[in-house]
Amino acid sequence: MDYDKLIADKCREMKPSGIRKFFDLANQMEGVISLGVGEPDFQTPWNVRQAAITALERGKTKYTANSGLSDLRSSISGYIKKSLGVSYDPEHEIIVTVGGSEGIDAAIRSVVNPGDEVLIVEPCFVCYSPIVSLSGGIPISIETKAEDEFRLTPAQLKEKITDRTKLLILPFPNNPTGAIMERKDLEGIAEILRGTDILVLSDEIYSELTYSGKHCSIVELEGMQERTILVNGFSKAYSMTGWRLGYVAAPAPVCQQILKIHQYAIMSAPTVSQYAAIEALTHCDDDVKKMRDEYNMRRRWLVKALNDIGLDCFEPKGAFYVFPCIRSTGLSSEDFCERLLYEHNVAVVPGNAFGECGEGFIRISYAYSLKHLMAAVECMKEFVEKVKKEKN
Amino acid sequence: MDSLIRLLKENARLSDEQLAVMLGVSADEIASRIADYEKKGVIKGYSVITNDELVDQNLVTAFIEVKATPQADFGFEDLARKIMSYDEVDSVTLMSGSFDFAVTLTGTDYKEIALFVAKRLSTIEGVISTSTHFVLKQYKKQGFIIENEAEDERGFVSP
Ligand SMILES: Cc1ncc(COP(=O)(O)O)c(C=O)c1O
Repeated sequence: MDYDKLIADKCREMKPSGIRKFFDLANQMEGVISLGVGEPDFQTPWNVRQAAITALERGKTKYTANSGLSDLRSSISGYIKKSLGVSYDPEHEIIVTVGGSEGIDAAIRSVVNPGDEVLIVEPCFVCYSPIVSLSGGIPISIETKAEDEFRLTPAQLKEKITDRTKLLILPFPNNPTGAIMERKDLEGIAEILRGTDILVLSDEIYSELTYSGKHCSIVELEGMQERTILVNGFSKAYSMTGWRLGYVAAPAPVCQQILKIHQYAIMSAPTVSQYAAIEALTHCDDDVKKMRDEYNMRRRWLVKALNDIGLDCFEPKGAFYVFPCIRSTGLSSEDFCERLLYEHNVAVVPGNAFGECGEGFIRISYAYSLKHLMAAVECMKEFVEKVKKEKN
Repeated sequence: MDSLIRLLKENARLSDEQLAVMLGVSADEIASRIADYEKKGVIKGYSVITNDELVDQNLVTAFIEVKATPQADFGFEDLARKIMSYDEVDSVTLMSGSFDFAVTLTGTDYKEIALFVAKRLSTIEGVISTSTHFVLKQYKKQGFIIENEAEDERGFVSP
């Protein structure tokens, strides 16, 4: 059979992810010191695991309501109110999803028509653009810059807006750069959006991991909640990647549409995970703080260590990534990463996997123990010295 | 726990500069906080965590439960002092529960330890009885896993 002919055009045209390509290389090697993964190294807090065990013991093994357990939606609503000061009706404005990933997918599909332009702030997580394309939308990159600390500026946004612009995807705190948008930065963005019909998809999956004061969401700003689809989840804040749980909070008319996609595609998010998530939202503030403090310590150490070995990096204030510039080595991102992998057994991710403007940078995750980070940076130091010597 | 102490417990060899970077303060402040902790006796010393089996195969460690009668004026203080005065004794801890002191001892053979307990420990006035347990294998010590550290199970998963 000629499968190629049978596969849907839009699927065939989807480019394989740049991270994937690199990880496939790393997977073939033995004894790799990885700084590559994008998931926390901590265990899910014990009481959350206990809540899941209890749910299982009590036989909570059926589907839940399509939009998720009512108690969980109330807890999510309470959490958003507490952390952002904004109210969402748990009945009509919140849907529990299979990770933030499903939330992003359903949200994009619920609003994008063929021909709609979707502004994607790059470098960014790799899923937005393929999903936009699947919906027939046109992904339009907005390239943020190191000299702006990879924040989106109002001028950059304005330049890309046309009368076909449907949606702005705002991914802060950012994977891979670690950039954040502070209230003043968001104000400038909101100012431009207020008079338009442009929607915002705000992916705030790293909202609990900010290191210079509290996270600010665009929904906190005047007139923004009504045009924003907020996506968050449990993977990063509570170290619950494998539980596959996240949520969408959006105005009721949008939520209603997202719910249709969710119910046909998913039915309901994993039930045991939902019970665990209630515990996470209601009893884990201390655990979150402990993990955040630990990440912060590593972050400070790593930024300094990378600068010391001659890889310039701006101070990332969120998520758990550092995004150093590697241009001083004269290598491209991919060459740098491949050689570092083959010659020194250290895996990091080339910046261009997250958009063309990531060229000249690499993503380093600090979801690793200090001991591990120190060993890896030691190897990187040798590599950088070697490469710089070759260059001269 | 103070984050400086926590970092030192994990790795006491971190330099003041490294600690300063991690905690977002100056190296001078770290130096003076550590000096202060040392002066006040909060920090008692710096040691190393070893896999004793690899250090010396002949090392024998024992854990001894000691039951004792407290003395009129000093309670258990005086007794503790007597027990800990022996060089062989690594630690002396007053416990709640069915015995009073947990004592750990290190020696080079079982007999040596058994004799020490019989001749030195149980003869101390106030000691009622002892019960000696020899350590067979240590799995975790002061937060460090001694053998077979768990592997990082996270794969290269990504979209
Ligand atoms: C920016 C961003 N958004 C969303 C996700 C998806 O996370 P999950 O589906 O586990 O909630 C990730 C995961 O790496 C991410 O980095």
